[in-house]
Parts: sequence; C-alpha cells; structure tokens
Amino acid sequence: MSLASPSCLSQLAATGVGLLLVLAALGILAARRTLGSRLIYAACMLICSGLAVIALAALLAPDSRSEAIELAVGLPLGRTFLGFDPLSAAFAVIINLASAIVSGYAIGYGAHAREPQRVVPFYPAFIAGMNLVLLAQDAFSFLVGWEFMSLASWALVVSEDTSEDNRRAAIVYLIMATGGALTLLLAFGLLAGPEGGYAFAQIRRAAASGAGPVVLILALVGAGSKAGLVPLHAWLPLAHPAAPSHVSALMSGVMTKVAVYGFVRIIFDLAGPPSWWWSVPVLVVAGVTALLGVLYALMEHDLKRLLAYHTVENIGIIFIGLGLALAFEANGLGVAAALALSAAIFHVFNHSLFKSLLFLGAGAVLNATGERDMEHLGGLIHRMPITAVAFLAGCIAISALPPFNGFVSEWLTFQAILVSPQLPQWIPRLLVPAIGATLACSAALAAACFVKAFGMTFLGRPRSDAAKAASETDRWSQSAMLALAGLCLLAGILPGFVIDGLAPVTRMLVGARLAPQSTQPWLRIIPIDPARSAYNGALVFVMILIAAAVTAFVVRRLASNALRRSPAWDCGFPDPSPATQYTAGSFAQPIRHVFGSVVFRAREHVVMAKPGEISTARLHVELHDTIWETLYLPIIRVVDVMADRLNRLQFLTIRRYLTIVFAALILLLIIVGTWR
Amino acid sequence: MTHEWLTQLAQAALVLGLAPLLSGVTRKIRARLLRRQGPSLVQPYRDLLKLIRKEAVIAENASWLFRAAPYVIFATTWVAAALVPTFATGLMLSASADLIVIVALLGTARFLLALAGLDVGTSFGGIGSSREMMFASLAEPAMLMAVFTLSLFAGSTELSSISAYMLGPNAGVSISLALALVALVIVTIGENARIPVDNPATHLELTMVHEAMILEYSGRHLAVIEAAASLKLLLYLSLIACVFIPWGTALSGAGALAYAIGLGAYAIKLAALAFLLVMFETATAKMRVFRVPEFLGVALMLGLLGTIMLFVSRVSR
Repeated sequence: MSLASPSCLSQLAATGVGLLLVLAALGILAARRTLGSRLIYAACMLICSGLAVIALAALLAPDSRSEAIELAVGLPLGRTFLGFDPLSAAFAVIINLASAIVSGYAIGYGAHAREPQRVVPFYPAFIAGMNLVLLAQDAFSFLVGWEFMSLASWALVVSEDTSEDNRRAAIVYLIMATGGALTLLLAFGLLAGPEGGYAFAQIRRAAASGAGPVVLILALVGAGSKAGLVPLHAWLPLAHPAAPSHVSALMSGVMTKVAVYGFVRIIFDLAGPPSWWWSVPVLVVAGVTALLGVLYALMEHDLKRLLAYHTVENIGIIFIGLGLALAFEANGLGVAAALALSAAIFHVFNHSLFKSLLFLGAGAVLNATGERDMEHLGGLIHRMPITAVAFLAGCIAISALPPFNGFVSEWLTFQAILVSPQLPQWIPRLLVPAIGATLACSAALAAACFVKAFGMTFLGRPRSDAAKAASETDRWSQSAMLALAGLCLLAGILPGFVIDGLAPVTRMLVGARLAPQSTQPWLRIIPIDPARSAYNGALVFVMILIAAAVTAFVVRRLASNALRRSPAWDCGFPDPSPATQYTAGSFAQPIRHVFGSVVFRAREHVVMAKPGEISTARLHVELHDTIWETLYLPIIRVVDVMADRLNRLQFLTIRRYLTIVFAALILLLIIVGTWR
Repeated sequence: MTHEWLTQLAQAALVLGLAPLLSGVTRKIRARLLRRQGPSLVQPYRDLLKLIRKEAVIAENASWLFRAAPYVIFATTWVAAALVPTFATGLMLSASADLIVIVALLGTARFLLALAGLDVGTSFGGIGSSREMMFASLAEPAMLMAVFTLSLFAGSTELSSISAYMLGPNAGVSISLALALVALVIVTIGENARIPVDNPATHLELTMVHEAMILEYSGRHLAVIEAAASLKLLLYLSLIACVFIPWGTALSGAGALAYAIGLGAYAIKLAALAFLLVMFETATAKMRVFRVPEFLGVALMLGLLGTIMLFVSRVSR
C-alpha cells in the first residue's frame, strides 16, 4: 500500500483524530500549568496541520473516491466506516487549516484563561469531534461525532459561567443542539430505509425511497440549527461569544462549516436526485437569513456578538449557493450546478478564514482592554497596530470587497444567479432575482456593519480608560492573525487554485466541474465562458498597487511632502471630550431608521426636561428581537405551563398514583385492542 | 494584444486627464443656468495643483490609515474608471474585471473613505460616514440590479462585451433597459453627492455627507480625494454613455479614423450628459436625509423589476 493511497490517508486521519482525543485526556493534567496548556495547543496546531495536509492529499489524489476503512470497534448495530471522499476531504482541509491557525493563536492567548482546566481538555476534543463528523462514512459515527462536537463545544461555552448571560447561552445552546441532533437522527433513519443499512454506501444504493421532502426539511432543521439558519439561529449569537475567543473563532468560523457539510452530505449525496422545488425552501430561508443576519449584526454593540450575528448572514450566503445548486442539479444543468456549488464551498472556505480572523482580533481586543462593548473602545489602531492591520484585512474581506477573498465567492454566486434564467420552472425564475437583490443588499449592509466594527473599535479617540491603556497582544496571536489575513488576500488574488481544488467535490455531487482555472493565462478565473464573465484578482490587486504607488510617488515627489500635525479641525469647534464622537449606536441609527422600524419594531422617543428644569434630555431606543418574541417566547411559555401542570403529579397520594397507573394500563389495552 | 494594452493605457490616461475638466464643465453649466459667470473651465485643475503644493495639515491623533486612505481610494477609483470603455471597446483589463468588479471597487473606495471619516474621532466625520454607508446600503444593490439587467440583456457581465452588444444589430429597445437606465441615473446622482441627495457646495452639517467625511483632510490628501470624486462622476457618466448611447464608440481593432470619431462622440456624449445632470440639479431642491432612502429605494425596485422581467421574458444566452 503506497503512502498516497486513499485508505492509507484515511488511516492516518483516523490516527490524527485518536491523537487529538489523547491530547484531550492529557489536557486534564497539563492545564494546571501555563506551559502545559501551551504544549497542548501547540500539539493541536501540529496535528491539525497534519490533518489538513492529509485531507489535501486525499482531495487531490487522482482516484479520489476513497475506500472507507472498517473498524471492528463499531457500535452495537454495525461496524464503523471511516474515510475521506472528495466532499469530506475538502471540508477537512478547510476545517483543519483554520483550526491549526487558531490553535497557534491559542498558544499565546490560552495563557490568559482564568480557568484553563475548563478549556484545555475540551479544546482538542472539540476539534476531534468535528474531524470525526467529516471522517464518518456511516450514519452512526456521523452522529456520534456530531454529538461529541456539540457537547465539547457546550463545555467550552460554560467554561466562563460566571455571568448570567453565559449560563443562559449554555442552556439555550444545549436545547437547540439536542433538537438538531434529534432531527438529524430521524433524517438518517428515513434515509436508511426499512433494511437499516446505516453506512453511507448502503444509503446511497438505497436512495430515492420517496422520503426526500421529509429528509430535506429534517436536514434543514437539523443542520440548519447548527449552522444558524433563521429562525433557528437564536442560540448562535448567545453561545459563540460566551466561549473564550479562540473557541468562539472555532465555533463561528469552523463548526458552522461542519453543519454546512452535514446538509450537503445529506441532501446532495445521500438523499438521491433532488426535485426542482427543493431549492425553493432553501433559497427562501437562505435569503431571509442573509438579510436578517446582517441587520441584527448592525444593531449590535458587543463586538463578539456582532461577529456572531454576522456569521448568520454568511451562512445565508452559503445556503443561497447551495439552493441554486439544487435547482440547477434537478434540471440537469451540470455546469451551472457546479458553479453554484463551487461558489458556496468557496464561501465556506473564505468564511472560515475571515471569521476566525475577526474573532481572534476581537479576542486580542478583549484581552487588552477587558471590553467587548464597542461603546467603550476606540483608538486602538495606535496601541494595537498589528491587530488593527489584521482586523482591517478581515473586515475588507468579509465585506466582499476586492481584492480580498470574500469578493470572489460572492462574485461567483452572482454569476450563478445570472445563469439561472436557464431554469425552466417559473417559481425559481421569479425567486432568484429577488434572492440576488437580497444578496446585494446584505453585501452592502455588511460593509456598513464592518465600517462600524472597525471604526468604533480601532479608530477615533478612546472612549474609556481601558481603551486608552491597551497594549499590543502577544507574538503568537499576532502571527496567527497575520497568517489568516495573508490567506484571505491570497485566496482573493489566486482564486483559480481554490476552484480547481473544489472540482472533485462538484464532480462527485453534481456530476460536473468547472473548466480548469489555474491553467488560465494571467491567473484569470473564467467560470463559464470568457465572453460572458471573467475576473482576475491578481491583476486587479497589482493595478491598484501600481496606481496607488504612482500617485503617492508623483504627489509627494513632484509636489509637496510637508506635513503638520495640529488639533482636529471639526468645523472650527473641536471638543476635547471623546463622548462627542459618533458611537456605535449613532452610527447605526440611520440604518435602524430605514430598515429597523419593520424588522425590529424599533421606536425612538426623546424625554426632554421641562422648561426651566435642569436635567439631561434622554433618547430611548426600543428594539425588539421579533423572531425571539414571536417564535421562541410562546414555546417557552407553553413549556413552562406544561411543566407547572406536570409538577402537581409529584405530590399525589399513593392511591391516586395507583389509579393513574391503572387508568394508563386500561388506556393502553384499549389502544392495542383497537389497533388490530 | 499590444493593441489592447495601448487602448487600455490611453483610456487610463484619458479618464485621469478629463475628470477635472468634467467637474469644471458641470460647474460652468450650473453657474450659467443660475445666471452667474462661473469659474473658468480649467479651475478644477488649478485647484488641484494649488492643493497638492500646499502643506498637509492633519489632526494630532490621525493614524496611518488616514494618510494612506486617499491614495488607495484614488487608486481603486482610477482602476474602476479605466475599466469603463470611453471611446473604444476592447480594453485589455475589461476581460479581467467585469461590471460587478467595477461596482465592488467603488465599494472598496467608499469603505476606506468611511473609515477615514471615523479616524480622527470628530462628530462630523461620524455623521458623514454613517450617512454615506446608509445611502450605500441601498445605492449599491440598486446599481447591482441595474448591472444584472444589463448583463442578462447582453449575455455578459463584461463591459466591453455589453457595449459591443449594444452597438450590434441584436440590441433592441426594451422596457428592462429603460428601467435600468432610470435606476442607474438615480444611483449616479446619489453616489456622486449631487443635489437632491447631497450638496457638495455647502458646509452645513444638516446637508453634508461626502464633505463631512473629508472635513479633516487638507493639502495633497484633499487634492487626491477630490480627484477621485471627479473620476467617479466621470465613471458613472461614461458608463451610461457606453451602454445606453453607444453610437460612435470604436470597436476593438478599428482604424485610426474610428478612434478619432470615438473620441469626438465621447466628448459630445459627456457634455450632453453633464448638461442634463446639471439641468436636473438646478431644477430640484435638496432632500431631507431620510427622504434619500426612498429615492434610492425606487432605484433598487426599478432595477429589480428590470431583472425580473428579463428573467421571465426570455431564456438567457
């Protein structure tokens, strides 16, 4: 068996997961000392890098449909199948690359944890769980990995349980994760059919059992709740920020990608050939998710919660690509489906890079100032220059602006939208332009959101003493953030290589691929036809650099280079108090005014002092989380009432208990009797 | 290949040289319509020259971003403007960056400008950035919807191809195109800080958006930002010209005469569009800030309508 053979790679990957589990056990002992936790994180970084390389080899192997390895140590009802196919290999590259860099950050950052013994052991276990989901080639180990991932991340969310908010986040997360896993269990149950073959290979053979629509709904609920699709996103902005920042980065940047993988695996691979209408619920939910996610993010002043809400938006963008791919695949438009699917998975890759980067930056800020509230930050670009540069790169990338990577995947999604008049059905034809407008809107709003995030945190004057006294974060953290920023730029100017890397995935799932891109002259990407559309990130980047350099050179050399510093001009009335600056709230006010009055039922009223009275006027802003109030609160109320009623059952006399038991017995007998 | 490079370079130089003149022309026409004499046509060049020779005064707490932003804003705007065919199609870079990229490049410039407005930490900078991003949140999707309409109509997102298609025999009159044109005009007015959306001539806090963001700039930085602003106006007018009034534009590889005609036609088109723009400006009053979203929302809806009509009316090519 050669080293590059698929099953050997799978064995190596399984060994890697095993090593991560060993690390988790070692973590219990090692976490007592700073050096110990540093070593654990360093080992995580090495193992994840190794796993990323292995997965890349599996993805690029010429015969990439791999043989799964069979483990005898399987679960009671069957054996365990582990292995890579192109889909899981592509996601494993994405996940382990981001995890490796985040672990590098944690070498420096993890040392600041207040109770490392509550973080360090669960961290490798969390990564192991995610890898197990990807490696699984049968439903049982998939679900075991899924639950492992959920519980380990839950343990990390409760690791800082001192605040009421975090405890609430943990309970909401636990409930949503359990519900999601339950629906996935049902989805797999339906897919496996009456014969009960739970290996993916068996499910594929038994496909098209007619349960497709139900499986679609179950997968949307199960994977969607983990990914953060509206309205199942409620836990996400609570739980992601509650964890330590490097774990937030993993949860938001990486774990949501595992959820996307789960959806793609079930719908594109296992559920058999789709019908065209499957795309409709996916597209509608995705469009709503993209728009609401970014609007929620804009209303948020807590830096980490802003980032978490923004993950919801990006998940929406990813699912727009997936929905389009479903519509194209159902109509046999292979290349268009490959385009939409490539766009979606490219965005998965991009989001794993820049969302991790932004959370790491938020962690560095949190560590330096003790503040997550942007209203108390400001001016950090002077005191944390490296963090600021990296965070700025992340902000530009996530706002889908060239020459960074976020733009490329969004551009590809737009190209997929522009080929959709080929769809023969009317409903998607009417729906897709609206989805395009939603996507365009959410991209523009994302830019506003990140002008706010960067501007309020890093620019302006410090709004608190903590922000005034901040200092730059450690070297490990800096290098990790710079590495992610570099990757964001690199993926933006050399997108052809990423698209080519995804070709085996699209060939496996929709039976077609885009033309090879990395061999195009001048590093251009041409998704369909050169006369139709092309993009050259490298050339655009170089042109901007040349234009900027020439301008700066000409202006400074040939004209004036003199510079004088003076107090700010501010139309002649500069005020020394930093409170006169725009705040996060005031920055978002116009957008709240335009969009918020419907979405959030936002109301503003000003309380003025009476004439002659000396007191300050106050502006009260009232925002409603409409989804929480209309969907979740009623459910919570019903559960509360039910629990209250059932509670009485605990205080009955023995006679009454016996009566109830007897009545239940009679009832069951009647049911059994009438059943026949 | 060399031919295309030459056209591209000529184009980049042309837009750079012409942009201040366009500002001068619009100011002159506006002044004449208001029965004023108005400054000379070359006044914007003199202003720029004066500004870049002056010492730059910046706030004490301004960061490196504040100093670097003008150059990047100018560079992205210039690259975007150089991608719009003016007198000839078949630009070298057109095959590397399509209309969506042009919109996004302008987005990058706006992103950095809004950040620069927040850098010093003054209330005016904040108000400008905040309002600019609010306008952009509707103007950019509206622009993209117009772009979608054009792309679906011509079967390409590349501007050179769209322009060539519009010149060709297959292009007909279509309601979608008219809707896209209206959307594009509204976006042009909104994005270039023209009346009724914004008034670049005032320094009243209630009216200014663009000016508020660049309030702290002076000297060479201000010159570069002003040049970028005039390039942006030229870009939008060239875009409307090359798509909706393509006649006269030289096709790729045509002879010297065709290029000369193309240049002449371009000059006439620009002058006509500038006249119409200023006519509209002088005939309307400035809107309240919160009326602007409705104005831009109209553009978004028209663009969406145009796209939907193309989606349902024909099979795309």
